[in-house]
Amino acid sequence: MSPSKRAMGNGQWAMGPRRALAYCLLPIAAAALAALGPAQSPQSGADDRGRAVYVKWCAGCHGDQGRGDGPAARHLLPKPRDFTRAVYQIRTTANGELPRGADLRRVVDDGMPGTSMPGWRTTLSGQDREAVVRYVRSFSPAFAGAEPAALDFGGDPGGGQAAIDSGRALYRGIECWKCHGEAGRGDGPSAPRLEDDWDFPIRAASLTENWLFNGGGDVEDIYRRLLTGLDGTPMPSFTSSVEGGQYAFADLWRIAHYVRSLSPAEPPRPADVVRAALVAALPAAPDDSAWAAVDRFWVPLVGQVIVNARWFAPTVSGVWVQAVHDGSSLVLRVSWTDPSESPDSTWNLWRTRVAAHMAHDDSAAAADPAPLPDRVVVQFPLRVPTGMDRPYFLAGSPDEAVYLWQWESAPRAAVEATARGLDAVSPLAASSDSLRAAAVYDRGEWRVQLTRSLTTADSTDRLQFVTGRAIPMAVFAWDGSNGEAGTRGAVGSWISIYLAEPGRAGTFVWPLVMMLATAGLVLLVIRRAQHAARAAGTAGQSTIRTPDTAEAV
Amino acid sequence: MNAWKLVPLGTIAALALTGCGGGGGESGTGGTPGSTAAVAFPVDTTTAATITGTVRFAGTRPTLARIDMSEEATCAGKHPNGAFDESVVVNSNGTLANVYVYVKEGLSPSLTFPVPSEAVTINQDGCVYHPRVFGIQVGQTLNIQNSDGLLHNIKAVPTINRPFNISQPTNMTTTRTFTTPEIMVPLECNVHSWMNAFVGVTNHPYHATTGADGSFTIRRLPPGTYTIEIRHERYGASTQQVTVGASESKTVEFTVRG
Repeated sequence: MSPSKRAMGNGQWAMGPRRALAYCLLPIAAAALAALGPAQSPQSGADDRGRAVYVKWCAGCHGDQGRGDGPAARHLLPKPRDFTRAVYQIRTTANGELPRGADLRRVVDDGMPGTSMPGWRTTLSGQDREAVVRYVRSFSPAFAGAEPAALDFGGDPGGGQAAIDSGRALYRGIECWKCHGEAGRGDGPSAPRLEDDWDFPIRAASLTENWLFNGGGDVEDIYRRLLTGLDGTPMPSFTSSVEGGQYAFADLWRIAHYVRSLSPAEPPRPADVVRAALVAALPAAPDDSAWAAVDRFWVPLVGQVIVNARWFAPTVSGVWVQAVHDGSSLVLRVSWTDPSESPDSTWNLWRTRVAAHMAHDDSAAAADPAPLPDRVVVQFPLRVPTGMDRPYFLAGSPDEAVYLWQWESAPRAAVEATARGLDAVSPLAASSDSLRAAAVYDRGEWRVQLTRSLTTADSTDRLQFVTGRAIPMAVFAWDGSNGEAGTRGAVGSWISIYLAEPGRAGTFVWPLVMMLATAGLVLLVIRRAQHAARAAGTAGQSTIRTPDTAEAV
Repeated sequence: MNAWKLVPLGTIAALALTGCGGGGGESGTGGTPGSTAAVAFPVDTTTAATITGTVRFAGTRPTLARIDMSEEATCAGKHPNGAFDESVVVNSNGTLANVYVYVKEGLSPSLTFPVPSEAVTINQDGCVYHPRVFGIQVGQTLNIQNSDGLLHNIKAVPTINRPFNISQPTNMTTTRTFTTPEIMVPLECNVHSWMNAFVGVTNHPYHATTGADGSFTIRRLPPGTYTIEIRHERYGASTQQVTVGASESKTVEFTVRG
């Protein structure tokens, strides 16, 4: 396969079920999924509206019979809920109880962060969402009885540093770390073996990424999960140890405050530009204390679902990028959560289970038992572009190459390469001014420092960095213990890196200028389009498509 | 994960021998007559029958895998000779332990049995469940005991009853009940993936589990014809029909092929 820009871009999306399964990750795509299978359901007594909404928007993943086995399910992990078992994670009711209607409604409205389940608040009317909740309940006779009572969660007795410190001690004491890890990154000793009630492999949540918590990332959300447990998963309820007198509700609040403190105060905003400040002395190592003072930028990643073999269940949800330069060298530090230092044989069982439950046609090498390393790739164009044109984001294309920094955990080393597509990567011979790398793996986090001189003797295959210009950059990551290699990994789109100019305040001005220029251009295009449409209308055309209506789905 | 429902047993047709049952096996006793339970025991114990039996093992004994408990020093210390997978336990007399036996069919639907006042206890000790296989009646109290003083969660993964998943971070006992008959409900600990147990839930007291001599005894049955089913987590299910008259004792032999 030699994917050209066009084949990887639009061509693939128009092909049969592939299109639909890729789209399943987006609410906008459920309509496409509905076309995949027969749309009849045996549920009687449920109202037609709920059934119609379900068939159109939900069955593609959750299945016509509600068994969580829709056409897209085999590509997803975590798997879509099997409604026939009536076991639900996110509830306000006691452990083991059914959820209340309002609990189901919350998930339908807001989705399940960290999974493929989107929120439907903006897609479906309130009546439709209520109707589909009723319909989903009709898949199990367990809902025939009265609705269980919501627990009284009481009020937060308050946080602060004392509560967090106490919560940290409790987190150790009640051994949350057995699954969630000492630093909360989902890397505890029991984590590789976890399965849900359907025997699917399931991650212990990384507690440093609260925006991905299935039931919400606030202190109160975390407290509720401690009381109710996450039914169907290994996460138990701690209510019994309060009722038994071993712990107090206040202790659970303290744990909730501690867990909340592991994530940033606000969910990170995806970075458009990574700013590399000009410094006098470069950090010497990934854990150099100088990094603490350097701004970090969040680069979200998603599964590579464009070319075969696709990968819908990447471990890495994003990386933090920090950058500085001293006028002669650029240093990046890329940090990300990965619960395994691959290759790690304790994760072999996990990898086997993931391979067993993901579609094999999209995971050709799924059964490959060879040890796989963790990898990160930082991608640049070969030259600093003069206009807005950039190479194809997925490792370039035959007609336009990219320049890569490739780091691997085993053997732990970085090499430079050029690529003209994912399957056309050419490593570059090492030289005296080659990329240098140093890495630290610490309790579920990789911190990789990459250093290269701004200019190199070889300027043909290596990008020559300049200051004061936005230079396209992208990041990809692989978790070997999750069976990730080749096209099965996590990818990001183009962003930019901007190296501050010596003696100028341009660091902040240029991105602003670029934004204003872009906005101006967009306005210009819209106005011209409207003008043309108006002119066409007066000339007697029957249909006028404004940008607004053209955008409607 | 388990073969309780999936794999038919390779059993040899057994002899049903009249005679006195050999005692010593696990016994499914119900509530004692005249107990304070709201429902009286509905069977005339003066004419009640007894079914005893043995589950023999035929074939090659599987090699039991050693469990690596090195990550849990407290538990490893409770097994000085090592801990082994107990999914198949063949006794020295060639019988099979941890087989759940119960009356599957034959009881009059009009019979309602009192809920035993005594609780059933499952103990987590040395990161192993004791017992591994057991029966309980609907509504009967299940004591879930943690004797290890370290974090266990105990999760029930039923398909008919509601699930539970309880965290026990220290030495403590929690109680639960089941609401509906279900054969079998898996119990598991997710912190220690080798910990598995299985509980059979019935609405009558006629159940037993084979122990170190492979025998079982089911007492106080009203005279009648019954389907006795045995269940093993690896080897699945097998049934036999037995007819007992008033005050009669009969023996059934099951043979499980490994």
